[in-house]
Amino acid sequence: MSQATPETAVRTSLLVRALIYAVLLIFAVYYLLPLFVMLVNSVKPLDEIRQGNMLALPQVFTLDPWRSAWSTAQIGVQPTGLRPYFINSVLMVIPAVAISTLLGAMNGYVLTKWRFRGDGIVFGLLLFACFIPFQIVLIPMARILGLLGLAGSTPGLVLVHVIYGLGFTTLFFRNYYDAFPTELIRAAQIDGAGFFRIFWRILLPSSGPIIVVTVIWQFTNIWNDFLFGASFADVDSQPVTIALNNLVSSSTGVKEYNVHFAGAVLAALPTLIVYIVSGRYFVRGLMAGAVKG
Amino acid sequence: MAFLEINNLHKRFGAVDVLKGINLQVDEGGFLVLVGPSGCGKSTLLNTIAGLETISEGEIRINGRAVNDLHPSQRDIAMVFQSYALYPNMSVGQNIAFGMEMRGVPKAERDKAVAEVAKTLQISHLLDRKPSQLSGGQRQRVAMGRALVRNPQVFLFDEPLSNLDAKLRVDMRTEIKRLHQSMKTTIVYVTHDQIEAMTLATKIAVLKDGLLQQFGTPHEIYNNPANLFVADFMGSPAMNLIPAKIEANGAGCAVVLARDGNPPLHLRAANEALRAHAGQEVIFGLRPEAITDESGADRMAGGVVKADCQVEVVEPAGADTYVVTRLGGREVIGRMRSDMQVAPHSTVPFAFNMDKAVFFDPKSERRIA
Repeated sequence: MSQATPETAVRTSLLVRALIYAVLLIFAVYYLLPLFVMLVNSVKPLDEIRQGNMLALPQVFTLDPWRSAWSTAQIGVQPTGLRPYFINSVLMVIPAVAISTLLGAMNGYVLTKWRFRGDGIVFGLLLFACFIPFQIVLIPMARILGLLGLAGSTPGLVLVHVIYGLGFTTLFFRNYYDAFPTELIRAAQIDGAGFFRIFWRILLPSSGPIIVVTVIWQFTNIWNDFLFGASFADVDSQPVTIALNNLVSSSTGVKEYNVHFAGAVLAALPTLIVYIVSGRYFVRGLMAGAVKG
Repeated sequence: MAFLEINNLHKRFGAVDVLKGINLQVDEGGFLVLVGPSGCGKSTLLNTIAGLETISEGEIRINGRAVNDLHPSQRDIAMVFQSYALYPNMSVGQNIAFGMEMRGVPKAERDKAVAEVAKTLQISHLLDRKPSQLSGGQRQRVAMGRALVRNPQVFLFDEPLSNLDAKLRVDMRTEIKRLHQSMKTTIVYVTHDQIEAMTLATKIAVLKDGLLQQFGTPHEIYNNPANLFVADFMGSPAMNLIPAKIEANGAGCAVVLARDGNPPLHLRAANEALRAHAGQEVIFGLRPEAITDESGADRMAGGVVKADCQVEVVEPAGADTYVVTRLGGREVIGRMRSDMQVAPHSTVPFAFNMDKAVFFDPKSERRIA
């Protein structure tokens, strides 16, 4: 058996640490490379890209591709840029996230604190929604939207996303509220608060971390959705993901790679911002909870 | 008519009977302690009084009014929970005022009531803090403040002290007793700690497996336990319960205790009821404080019997020294004065105060004498 002196221990740990950092660095570069390519090429004139070196920094810096992607690029038949579709996405994602999160919280509240006969089965069925592939529901959903008169509209898309999101949001909130002390609910009952008052005044204000998790999850999923947008939206309600596809895969004219890159970054920007902004609150919320004990 | 009445109360969860016909009466201003081991149904009983659990059968009356079907908020009760159940998102002041806010009391009135209660409990300086910034004892006070401010007909306490450390628990116990003495409000208090039960209660209800074992004053419960369970559960160290045989002996009778390696010990008992059980096996119960050294024996007692026994273990506890011997095949604890010098394995004289002796039937576990 070899006796590790403090010196060798330090040296080996340094070596191991260097190795770990090297591997981490390689992976970081590897994962950041696509973003780098997108950003770099979105600020180059088209000629520079045509010369072939995708990894080179721009010789001439220009924001024209961004302007074009945002407001003038040809999307389908209209030279509108991504802007109207971006607005469609915002109009879809905000109510969809808000409603599905709120309903999920309500479901979690009922399933943990107002138990009823068969609540386990109800929860199981809701969970089932997490595992149904999108494609299966396309045709029945189209039929229902038609019956409701919501086909091809933003409210229709909101409805689809709320329904599809409920399984996950319910799961998140149920698990969170399961650990929430029932005595608090009982104390509030004795204090005379009713079902909704307990929810608004006691439960929701204590749900910060799980709300952030749910919002991140729902926002990313709904913003990035392509299938429902392509299936259920009309031209005037199409989300930005569809528009981006139409921009990039148009088969006429010159392929403006720089505009495509700029458009792709634009379309991905909101999810990125949500991650960066609320991700921090998420960690903060977790830490606060951990220290409180 | 009693202030709080519980008549033939049953509670079933599916096929499981949790409470099997409980009958209790508490007078106005009384302090009822529900005590028993985990799972005996004491917390369920409290929750049914609060209205947090429905009842399957029976009736609960508060001040003459049946409250069976009333919502918890309409029963005019207040409850202090084991975990304090303070709303984490509200300040201490908001926590205390929440009940009034729900009932639509105007803000000025609320503030006044909160300030008053905070002064009583000495938490005025904490009103703006969040519960997470408080110590255990402070949280306990806030939880009591939230109950006090409602000025209810009945206070319900659900093991309120079990999350505190030992010293704080004793302090808060005294404080609760003082509060009760000054307010004179009826209290129902759940605990598994028999010392809390003894010190606080005017009436104790001992529960086990959903059945009321005994209901009486602390003195009755302690000195006249109705059965083996109550005798064993109440008191610390627990009552010595020793298998013994009764022999008729002239006018009285004697309790015969087997001993290893020594002839059996005969303890004379002047107990009339015991004569009927001559020749039978019984369980002989005697509390540690009734087994002492000779000079520590109660001078007022008539039936002190002295006998030499071999000491197995000596446990000095400061105020007293507990001495363990072996009788009838059981460890028997006696309480001697702390300045007695007793060595393990020596044989010393013990004094048995037979006035305090109780006897149980080993089969039915009921008290027989």
